[in-house]
Amino acid sequence: MLKAVILIGGPQKGTRFRPLSFEVPKPLFPVAGVPMLQHHIEACAKVRNMKEIILIGFYQPNEELNRFIASAQQEFKLSIRYLQEFAALGTGGGIYHFRDQILSGGPSAFFLMNADVCSEFPLQDMLSFHHQRGNSHCGVILGTTVLHFVEKPSTFVSDIINCGIYLFTPEIFAHIGTVDEPPGGRQLQELIRLEQDVFTMLAAQKQLYVYKTQHFWSQIKSAGRLYLNRYNETHPERLARNQDGGPKIIGNVYIHQTANIDSTAVLGPNVSIGKGVIIGTGVRVRESIILHGATLQDHCCVLNSIVGWDSTVGKWARVEGTPSDPNPNDPFAKIDSETLFRDGGLTPSITILGCNVNIPSEVIIRNSIVLPHKDLNRSFKNQIIL
Amino acid sequence: MRRGQIRGTDHTIMEDKWYSLATDDPYERADVTSPRPPVWILDETRHVYIKENLFKVKPGVVLPVVPDAAVHRRCFRLQFHFHFTLSHLCRMKALILVGGYGTRLRPLTLSVPKPLVEFCNKPILLHQVEALVKAGVSHVILAVSYMSDLLEREMKAQEQRLGIKISLSHEKEPLGTAGPLALARELFTDSAEPFFVLNSDVICDFPFEDMLKFHKNHGKEGTIVVTKVEEPSKYGVVVYEGETGRIHRFVEKPQVFVSNKINAGMYIFNPSMLKRIQLRPTSIEKEIFPVMAEEGQLYAMELQGFWMDIGQPKDFLTGMCMYLQSVRQNTPERLRTGPGFIGNVLVQFIIQDPTAVIGENCTIGPNVTIGAGVVLEDGVRIKRCTVLRGAHIRSHSWLESCIVGWSSSVGQWVRMENVTVLGEDVIVSDELYINGANVLPHKSITDSVPEPRIIM
Repeated sequence: MLKAVILIGGPQKGTRFRPLSFEVPKPLFPVAGVPMLQHHIEACAKVRNMKEIILIGFYQPNEELNRFIASAQQEFKLSIRYLQEFAALGTGGGIYHFRDQILSGGPSAFFLMNADVCSEFPLQDMLSFHHQRGNSHCGVILGTTVLHFVEKPSTFVSDIINCGIYLFTPEIFAHIGTVDEPPGGRQLQELIRLEQDVFTMLAAQKQLYVYKTQHFWSQIKSAGRLYLNRYNETHPERLARNQDGGPKIIGNVYIHQTANIDSTAVLGPNVSIGKGVIIGTGVRVRESIILHGATLQDHCCVLNSIVGWDSTVGKWARVEGTPSDPNPNDPFAKIDSETLFRDGGLTPSITILGCNVNIPSEVIIRNSIVLPHKDLNRSFKNQIIL
Repeated sequence: MRRGQIRGTDHTIMEDKWYSLATDDPYERADVTSPRPPVWILDETRHVYIKENLFKVKPGVVLPVVPDAAVHRRCFRLQFHFHFTLSHLCRMKALILVGGYGTRLRPLTLSVPKPLVEFCNKPILLHQVEALVKAGVSHVILAVSYMSDLLEREMKAQEQRLGIKISLSHEKEPLGTAGPLALARELFTDSAEPFFVLNSDVICDFPFEDMLKFHKNHGKEGTIVVTKVEEPSKYGVVVYEGETGRIHRFVEKPQVFVSNKINAGMYIFNPSMLKRIQLRPTSIEKEIFPVMAEEGQLYAMELQGFWMDIGQPKDFLTGMCMYLQSVRQNTPERLRTGPGFIGNVLVQFIIQDPTAVIGENCTIGPNVTIGAGVVLEDGVRIKRCTVLRGAHIRSHSWLESCIVGWSSSVGQWVRMENVTVLGEDVIVSDELYINGANVLPHKSITDSVPEPRIIM
């Protein structure tokens, strides 16, 4: 039997996600209409012989998370549990700390992945690859080829990068336990970083394989787009279609069935509309997420933005961000590591309205982050609005 | 035989709407049922007639042709008015300092000479020329430093329409603000009548009749119109005697308060003043006026109402707001009202031309002028803008403080603001944000312009 471990992290600090993670833990943030984590769980549930999914993180247990886990267990007929770290233990420390829980029931192998990582999750393929390589190793790393190097490294090392999705046999814990002890002994609460501390050693012992995929996306920001596109194969029922009396749909759009959308609105591509959203006459939404309960009034225009729960965008208002696609040359580009400020100004990026924000009619909110429960009375550009 | 034609739009003569509407002037609203509007004719005997046709005047008709008794009464009132106030005006002349290429109003002036750029749906120059004609000027001289076929052709047409003479005086080299007077000297010295001089960028309720009265009253060589400003320290101010208007001196950018009146760019002079000017580049403000003031020959008349130099886009829009407010006070029937219209909105309506088309759920105004043949699609929001002839604004766009050039096209869900000026035939793609851009003619814009700049 198999298990999966998903590292969901904890409350974020200093990220563009902040105004939204105030309201909901980041792993539960809807991406392409469903909680981000559900994409991981769906992928794991498809692997044959998957018995349990363990979520490890340092969020305080909370109602949203419990509710999500309960409904996911129902939907996927799997055991799903949340194990709370007392502190951030790092990728290695987390699983090492909970190794007894992970190994209980005797899984032959387990997947390990980060909730931040978005992918097509070729888990079944990784598993086959693992079996082909026999039993003499303790892990498979999902790797992908970097297509665009800015400049060639003077000595060519490799063009394969680590995707942050792993398959391990239980032996991995023996190796983590023997990581070089710093002088004076290791305290348990210290971070053990799998990538730096453990893999180097395993690689030297030829204990580690790489399974290469061409279908990997590292960035959560482009994930909505990519998951939406993938729905064409996996969940075509989740994509909106053009039909008489309905809004005009361009490309991949997810619309919650309870949303009320005027037939003159134009949505897409890459738009998710949440529960109970109201969209008025002549509204345009492109490359954006509209979270549940939000209202977009007549003629307004929302581009490259996230509109928070219960927010309102007034008539003829323009809410606009700057698309910031992940740097294909930076294998570790993640939303968390992004710098908010550059050259004394807010880095142009998507615009995020926190929950219950009111944007008045006819203003423009551009490349800005608006914290929750804020009534604006004018235009803002390149600012964080407290 | 000298004949002046006084047109039926003169509000000082006729307060009644019937006449202001009854005109074939294409720059006025002309939605009247009258098949052939009458015009007023003043001939040498200084009798007033109504004639059926502007261009085929038969002299010698003695009595007005009047459709009814009410009109008849007004006709007599008009007759008296001419006898006492206008009888001597019909031979007057005016010089308008048009100058060069109008670079400050680019990109509009890259397509059309500045005097012909429409301000509130009428070429800038015609605002002045028509006001001059109303005040009795029969010969307008335009001092230009470059020649334009378009300008010449248009002035020929206006000569016909207004029944006056319009000459172009071409400076081979720039002559400043006084030089053009010397160049056209002969034209002003063939009679003893005073003549008007004005800068071409100025817009206001032109007070030419009051200027003439004031000027005749003090009897000296010159009168300049002055207007009040909020921050006199930024301008050259005029210091004058409050009661008589006699000018003491001019102070450039005063550091302490001496006056808050500035030169409004409108003058009336006796021909004798021309002896002061030589044919060389000369500034009338800096070299001629101080001497005249010193000699007690120059008087100031304060302008009532609004005034604006509309030589650059920002001021063009401010001037538009002021002009529309003045229309609101004087001839509110010219403004468009109804659901979807807020404040002062002027929509071009011409019988011959295709009129503007305005879609559903638009909100227009305050302070908008819309030219002939303009199309605003559904759900457009527009305020404080001039939309020139033939432009097309697609649905759900939002425009504030913009000038949209002739035949330009603005896409859907575009936001354009902050004194954006589109030249002729510019195309703005859907969903863009244009902030303070100056776009040269015939350009297609496919990317947002988030900060003000020039798009070549």
